[in-house]
Amino acid sequence: MAQVSASEIKVPPLKKLTNYPEKLAPGHRLCAGCGASIIIRQIYMVANALGYELIWANATGCVEVCTTIYPYTSWRSPWIHNAFENAAATISGVEAAYKALKRKGKLPTDKKVKFIALGGDGGTYDIGFQSLSGALERGHDFIYVCYDNEAYMNTGIQRSSATPKYANTTTQPVGSKSLGKEQHKKWMPEVAAAHGIPYVAQVSPSHWKDFMEKFKKALLTEGPSYINAFCVCPRGWRSKEEEGILIAKLAVETNYWPLFEVENGRWRVTYKPKNPKPVEEFLKRQGRFKHLFKPGNEGRIQELQEEINRRWEWLNKMEEMTREE
Amino acid sequence: MAKLELKYGNHACAEAAILAGCRFYAGYPITPSSEIAEKMAELLPKKRGVFIQMEDEIAAMGAVVGASFAGLKSMTATSGPGFSLKQENLGYAFMVEAPCVVVNVQRGGPSTGLPTQPGQQEIMQSLWGTHGDKLIPVFYPGNVQEIMEETIRAFNWAERLRTPVVLLLDEVLGHMRETVDVEQFEEGKFEVWNRKMPDVPPEEYLPYRPGEDDVPAIAPYGTPGYRGHATGLHHDYTGFPTTNPEMCQELIERLIRKVQRKQPEMEKNEFYKMDDAEIAIITFGTTARAAKTAVDLAREKGIKAGLMRVVTVWPSPEKTIEDVAKGVEAILVPELNMGQYVLEVERCSRGACPVYRLNRANGKIIYPNEILEKVEEIARGGK
Repeated sequence: MAQVSASEIKVPPLKKLTNYPEKLAPGHRLCAGCGASIIIRQIYMVANALGYELIWANATGCVEVCTTIYPYTSWRSPWIHNAFENAAATISGVEAAYKALKRKGKLPTDKKVKFIALGGDGGTYDIGFQSLSGALERGHDFIYVCYDNEAYMNTGIQRSSATPKYANTTTQPVGSKSLGKEQHKKWMPEVAAAHGIPYVAQVSPSHWKDFMEKFKKALLTEGPSYINAFCVCPRGWRSKEEEGILIAKLAVETNYWPLFEVENGRWRVTYKPKNPKPVEEFLKRQGRFKHLFKPGNEGRIQELQEEINRRWEWLNKMEEMTREE
Repeated sequence: MAKLELKYGNHACAEAAILAGCRFYAGYPITPSSEIAEKMAELLPKKRGVFIQMEDEIAAMGAVVGASFAGLKSMTATSGPGFSLKQENLGYAFMVEAPCVVVNVQRGGPSTGLPTQPGQQEIMQSLWGTHGDKLIPVFYPGNVQEIMEETIRAFNWAERLRTPVVLLLDEVLGHMRETVDVEQFEEGKFEVWNRKMPDVPPEEYLPYRPGEDDVPAIAPYGTPGYRGHATGLHHDYTGFPTTNPEMCQELIERLIRKVQRKQPEMEKNEFYKMDDAEIAIITFGTTARAAKTAVDLAREKGIKAGLMRVVTVWPSPEKTIEDVAKGVEAILVPELNMGQYVLEVERCSRGACPVYRLNRANGKIIYPNEILEKVEEIARGGK
């Protein structure tokens, strides 16, 4: 596996990045305040700056539906949708065929191309999990990007295994006897890392420099990478459209969404808030957690805080254990 | 006095399932069926039942089979691509005789197709989607009232015959609000069947020994003393695998026979102005609603048209269709697909009269005037 020589390649400053042409065309039908388009545009900025052409396989979900309402498309790149459960399998085929055609001299060999599979949390954590795991294990040269908005938003806010405990969803609704989802969120990037792949990172569009640095590494990685991106959903989270990036920031500042990476087996927490904010700061701006602020539910917030602390400590331990001497 | 309530199609399906005794639902979000899951998520916990959202469609069907084994009346609902994913486990349910109800709120296909628009393209898949020989009862309601009736009927036949039953809904019906007379759904006013239990002591118990009705009395797994084994492999009365040719042949014949022999009792059709009809329209679901209007319009123009609306799609009303074919000059089968049930109508009519088709698979419903045009064409002697 080729070593990532990321430090030698610099992502240009933001001002320069905005000069590149938009590859995700406006006019798509994602909701106001949706985090997904921000994530995709940040990905394109890095790819543009580094001269990569992106080829996408998009799982069924909000992005797929909203960016490709026939006869329109927002994608100024080759893009394929197959089904809900198989973005990683589809990109596996595309990548393998591309390699074969290149080998046979039927495609130019000097082009910088990267294959990306894009899925929401449903298409990644749940129904697309088997396909993702297979592609990571086979070692295709691709990046899997999950825009994690923590529920099935495309079909109407049903819970997923990425939904945090106590969030209100239509299939684990809050009521007089129910506090919403009963299980904690799956630690998906950690699961991806357990495949022993060269690069895994968790990112948030609020911390764009960190995001870009990580996506740059993913681009430069030969073999599979997995990127888990925090994606606000004002519709599903019952949050204000204009507060998306603020909520993303709070997710990071409360350690709810730790920014970390796993590079060739070495774990690194890439941002450590000096004084982490209590999780309430993150929860209180979202209607999906409204019930937790009713008297008597203080313990539930504490429980979420403990889960955050548990993961945070675990990540820091992993960092310590795998630190280069 | 009728007690009228305005009900949403998909919610009516969920409510009727609860009335039929459904206490387990495993599902996965998919348009246009998600509201059934959402309603079940709300209703089941109040009945001490279980709602589980699974990680995909395959798992949802698997959980339904498991819950059925454990003794609960179980159900899942899905649409197009999800129905395809469920097929392997649906076949397993048929083979191991796990009663359950699978609702398919049909959207336009194939593949992702037209997720928010209607289609009637799973007429054949409902029966033949999973590999191997089989016969699965498939019911097809045509209005919201009937969604409730057919959901209950689906559970009853699933239990009586220990078989999966497929309930086909049209997208436009699942998403339709319509008046329902709820009086017939009051407690004690409708039939509820439960699967039969073994009537022999544990030492004589053979889970897959069929009764006179060809249906075995399988104890819920975990019933003390009643040990059982289930497998998707061909099996004998013990439930253990066998490759004995006689036993294998007998198993498949019995699985099909147990459904087929109840066909007369299961058959359900609606006839509209068929008594003196010269042109019969045979269809189902919401297309039949347009056809009904077309019958009236045709009669205004002096064409004696009539409608046979099939509710029990499979096993098909073979004899009835043959009788209809013998009594009319032509049959028209309008359906929101490229011609599926028409093949069955052609087979059943045995050449007694010409069978015409009206097909569409573009997400638009078939309008009454379009059916009327076709009827007029047939009446003129063209096609």
